[in-house]
Amino acid sequence: MESYLNIDHVSIEFPTANGPFKALDSVNLKIDKGEFVSIIGHSGCGKSTVMNIVGGLYQATEGGVILQGKEVNEPGPDRAIVFQNHSLFPWLTAYENVEIAVKSVFKGKKSKLEMKDWIEHNIELVHMSHAKDKLPAELSGGMKQRIGIARALAMEPKVLLMDEPFGALDALTRAHLQDSLMEIQADLNNTVMMITHDVDEAVLLSDKIVMMTNGPAATIGEVLDVKLERPRHRLQLANDVQYNHYRSEVIHFLHERHARKVA
Amino acid sequence: MKDKIINMLELTGFTWFIPLIKLVTGESPKQQLQDLVKMIGIPMLAMIIFLGLWHVGAAKVVTSLGQVPGPVEVWKQASILIDEHYIEREKEVKFHERQDIRNAKKLAKDPNAEVTDRPYTGRQTYFDQILTSLWTVFVGFVIASIIAIPIGIVSGLSNTLYSALNPLIQIFKPISPLAWLPIVTIVVSAVYVSEDPMFSKSFITSAITVTLCSLWPTLINTAVGVSSIDRDLINVGRVLRLSYATTVFKIVIPSSIPMIFTGLRISLGIGWMVLIAAEMLAQNPGLGKFVWDQFQNGSSESLGRIMVAVLTIGILGFMLDRVMLTMQKFFSYDKNAVIR
Repeated sequence: MESYLNIDHVSIEFPTANGPFKALDSVNLKIDKGEFVSIIGHSGCGKSTVMNIVGGLYQATEGGVILQGKEVNEPGPDRAIVFQNHSLFPWLTAYENVEIAVKSVFKGKKSKLEMKDWIEHNIELVHMSHAKDKLPAELSGGMKQRIGIARALAMEPKVLLMDEPFGALDALTRAHLQDSLMEIQADLNNTVMMITHDVDEAVLLSDKIVMMTNGPAATIGEVLDVKLERPRHRLQLANDVQYNHYRSEVIHFLHERHARKVA
Repeated sequence: MKDKIINMLELTGFTWFIPLIKLVTGESPKQQLQDLVKMIGIPMLAMIIFLGLWHVGAAKVVTSLGQVPGPVEVWKQASILIDEHYIEREKEVKFHERQDIRNAKKLAKDPNAEVTDRPYTGRQTYFDQILTSLWTVFVGFVIASIIAIPIGIVSGLSNTLYSALNPLIQIFKPISPLAWLPIVTIVVSAVYVSEDPMFSKSFITSAITVTLCSLWPTLINTAVGVSSIDRDLINVGRVLRLSYATTVFKIVIPSSIPMIFTGLRISLGIGWMVLIAAEMLAQNPGLGKFVWDQFQNGSSESLGRIMVAVLTIGILGFMLDRVMLTMQKFFSYDKNAVIR
């Protein structure tokens, strides 16, 4: 059966002064519809590069990305991206930041009123209705990222790409946002590809954890299926045997088999 | 109401008045008085010391035109210039009254008589000259901005274009207005030929010289502002598949507005400096010509009058900068950024 999203033998080389640098070598990954996949690896291993190729921001040197039977090689709203640093337009309010996305994606498909409802619905989804008229500078880091997520969700993407979405947040805020994300995911059942370097985050959120080897010429080392019941609660899972098993699997991969030689 | 006034004063840069407003509305008088001393008292003190030094220093220098005028003499000349303006205006009104009466009489005698309405050709007053200068610099500056901002945006977006234009910009940027002026003068007299010119040649020459010198800061600052936009913001635009025009208007311009205005402010400052030099040589009837005429005139009043002009130039330059600063604050999304 053909998979929903197929990352097919993707390699990428970047030209440098000392000849081409091979960042990724034959990355091969199939993702089913509604699956939540995390990509984990040491920093610099090229996990963000994988995401940028799926997002269409980079072009693979070899291989390609196939989404629902069609090759994608340019950016588009069907693969919405949540950036690490929220990337909200600082001169627009929270509402307007979502609006600019909705207006360009649903131009001619939704009426003005429908658009307004859709924007407000997505802001409500991330619990930000109370601050929708504030500028990003007036929002906390977690709130900004919530709006970033609302903007991406509002594009109704086929695949939601998240590039270390909670990496810049403190631990408590991060936990709040992870819970919100699980809640939203339970509702919408999106296909999500998330880049992370946080082991707990990966185990808690994912159906599948893709572990990457170190670069150069990084590729997929192992894929771990996380078969924990949903909904998941971090408190119950803290002492769960299975959860801790998955956790230690990832830690062993990262710190034993593929430990970074130079820190 | 109070907050609104304070907000407006902050926006326009008249922060000195804020403690005064707060004092009037009875907000912690002690703190406000301290603020007043700090914000108004200290600059006033510095001003008084400056005037004192000027007064004492000027008295010691004697030139071919007599003593160098001190603050008192300059103040006197300023009042004379103001009086001359009103006298001249009165003359103009009287001239038109006389003309109207004459024409009315003519028409009464013979309804078919040809009546001519002659414009008043009295000499330009000091205020006319100030207005000419402001108008000239405005025209030159607007032309420069219309050229510089789009080129800056396009070259900020394209590395190729930027490296193509960069050497040209670097070469033309340091050229003095005095070097441009002869070329501009000759080109304007060759190209701008018309029976009934809308603008005088001296005006066009001065304005174009201002344009040539005030292009560069806006161009460079716009290009730098555009090229330093957060890549992720551009990527958001790519994900949304925004067109080139939409990207420019919705993402590029808003995020580089602060830098564009920084460039515009520098440009206007340079334009104002250049204008005075250009007017002196091109004989455009503004402040520059006023200074030059007084210098040629060489009467005992001349030095004082030139100093009035010098101070006027300074104060107007300061006011133009304030206007730009206010506009920058108004258009910029980051209202809290410290802009000096």
